[in-house]
Amino acid sequence: RYFTRWYKPDVKGRPCEDFCVLQHSNRRICVITLAEAHPLLQSGKTIKNINYQISANCSRLQNKVSGKSKRTCLFIFQMQGAQFLTELAPLCRISSSDGEEYTIYSCIRGRLIEVNENILSNPALLQEKPSTEGYIAVVLPKFEESKSITQGLLTQKEYEEVLLKRRGSAS
Amino acid sequence: MSSLTEKDRPVVQLLLNTGTCPRCILRFCCVGSQMLYRHPHEDLMKDLQELLKNSQEREDRVCLDVADPPCKRIRLEHREEGADDLNHNGAIPQLPSAGDGNAAMESSAGNVCNVCLGILQEFCEADFVKKVCQKVNSADYQFTSFVFSVSLPPQLSVRERAAWLGVKQQMRNLGLPLPKDDIVQLKEAYKWIIHPQLSEELGVPADGKSLFEVSVVFAHPETDEECHFLATACPDCFKPAKNKQSVFTRMAVIKALEKIKEEDFLKHFPCPPSSPKNLCDALEIQCNNGAVFVAGRYNKYSRNLPQTPWIIDGERKLESSVEELISEHLMAEFKADSFNFSSSGREDVDVRTLGNGRPFAIELVNPRRTRFSAEEMRRLQQAINDSSDKIQVRDLQLVTREAIGRMKEGEEEKTKTYSALIWTDKAIQREDIAFLDDIKELKLDQKTPLRVLHRRPLAVRCRLIHTMKSEYIDEHHFRLHLKTQAGTYIKEFVHGDFGRTKPNIGSLLNRTADILELDVESVDVDWPPTLAD
Repeated sequence: RYFTRWYKPDVKGRPCEDFCVLQHSNRRICVITLAEAHPLLQSGKTIKNINYQISANCSRLQNKVSGKSKRTCLFIFQMQGAQFLTELAPLCRISSSDGEEYTIYSCIRGRLIEVNENILSNPALLQEKPSTEGYIAVVLPKFEESKSITQGLLTQKEYEEVLLKRRGSAS
Repeated sequence: MSSLTEKDRPVVQLLLNTGTCPRCILRFCCVGSQMLYRHPHEDLMKDLQELLKNSQEREDRVCLDVADPPCKRIRLEHREEGADDLNHNGAIPQLPSAGDGNAAMESSAGNVCNVCLGILQEFCEADFVKKVCQKVNSADYQFTSFVFSVSLPPQLSVRERAAWLGVKQQMRNLGLPLPKDDIVQLKEAYKWIIHPQLSEELGVPADGKSLFEVSVVFAHPETDEECHFLATACPDCFKPAKNKQSVFTRMAVIKALEKIKEEDFLKHFPCPPSSPKNLCDALEIQCNNGAVFVAGRYNKYSRNLPQTPWIIDGERKLESSVEELISEHLMAEFKADSFNFSSSGREDVDVRTLGNGRPFAIELVNPRRTRFSAEEMRRLQQAINDSSDKIQVRDLQLVTREAIGRMKEGEEEKTKTYSALIWTDKAIQREDIAFLDDIKELKLDQKTPLRVLHRRPLAVRCRLIHTMKSEYIDEHHFRLHLKTQAGTYIKEFVHGDFGRTKPNIGSLLNRTADILELDVESVDVDWPPTLAD
């Protein structure tokens, strides 16, 4: 509704690992989700485990953004505490029951606001509603970069052409 | 002590000789009679000279009574640096009398006082009063009283200290007891003199609590650097300057003067202070009226109107706003410089406000007009309502500053009722939504909605939906009336905001739901008072 869809296909060269970034009309907030073509969303895949622990020192769950104030100055401090992500920063790793492992990437530069803990308790949500309740994370790009972050991404139309090409070469 | 006595002669002598004006001399002698200060400069001069002359004739006690005209005029010679030719046995120094009887009474005529720099001289005169009143009258304010505030250059405090130290020195040298140091403050004496004159010209009384302020800033650039030595002597009193303003503020200078030791002071500053060449400048004469508050309630009938102007990157995205439509007329009538709009909560651009409307309060800054009758307010309300069909106001009235507090209270504590038009993806039947009517005090956990996350901190808020009432429309639509706690995000309750508001209509109905229209039906605040129309 208020979101523009941007796509990043074949992230890190891995075929069909496509992501969809939903950019809010306020031009800042971005919701990272799996695009429909992503292997995890294909039938037959069951999610075994979702892990926000990226490395020994870094867990996306420990992102310190929480606070309890309406005041804007506190908001700025919160943002400083939040982890800053680059396009290829991993958000989480998901393993499926068939032994495959997938890394979900940020796809845009910005501060990590929140990761979706609902999919931890209910992994099926990621597959049932990948574009809404099954989102991966929320990222807030820097104010100065809010227009430029979409430069590396494809519009809906461009993505659909990519999908067409894939089907063409497959057959 | 209300007038000068024999005891004061040494002080008077010293100060007169070193270039201090009569009124400052009265201050240093702790003369508390306001009347005395208001006497013309020349008269005061004569009286002082009379006092000193009489000391020569060895009369016991002289009380200054200005009803007695002085009978002789004495020419005073200016001496250098005070104490040199004093009789150190303690005798009061004799004044040389001028045989020629020249009326050089105004020995300080044309001499700017070395303590007040002219404030208690020229700036007490009718000319200056006229100048101030001209400014006031041309500014076209409506007022019934005034407060006159004066900003003095900080070096005055330094000079006063220096003159005082000179007096103390003199008294010690003469073997006389030290005089009381609760001298009359310059500002106070100034106001004693100028208030009655201003009051008479303006036709209204001076009142410390008045909302109408006439302010004057005095400066004396010639002596501005006199404060600088304090920065080396007491560096911690002076904080780095903000906004290009001088670090030598009055407060900082006074603080430093309290700290600095007498010996150090005297090392750096001449005692007594030198006579300046020029008077102070009266830099700015400004008028300011205290803010006036207007409150009321507004209805919003447009789904395309923001509450405050919507400007992104300098470009206005939507025409006008609630606050502009209301304030425009008020600004014109009250002739204010600016306004501050606040309300008991706010609604989105696309949300209407129905019912009794939402309470608001507008602070009008520096209004030229402040008094309006109830009838005039009614007409003002009508004018606003006639000018736009997007908003309407009611209960428009003048209120006090506490209005703002009431707004906040209303925003945070009071319930609101809404009407929402809801769409569902899967079909619904009447039975499917009937249960909503029975749910009371539904607890929601709402994370900060995505649509405001760019400017609000991430938080989870618990909110209550007190009651709901559904109205079936068709298989994909129904209307929901809800009464909720203050601060509840209704849209997010309907569509779920990516599952970040739980529960939500979608989860309750096990469908995907979205909100098509939202209206505020009431804001349950009983303020401002309803006016009988």
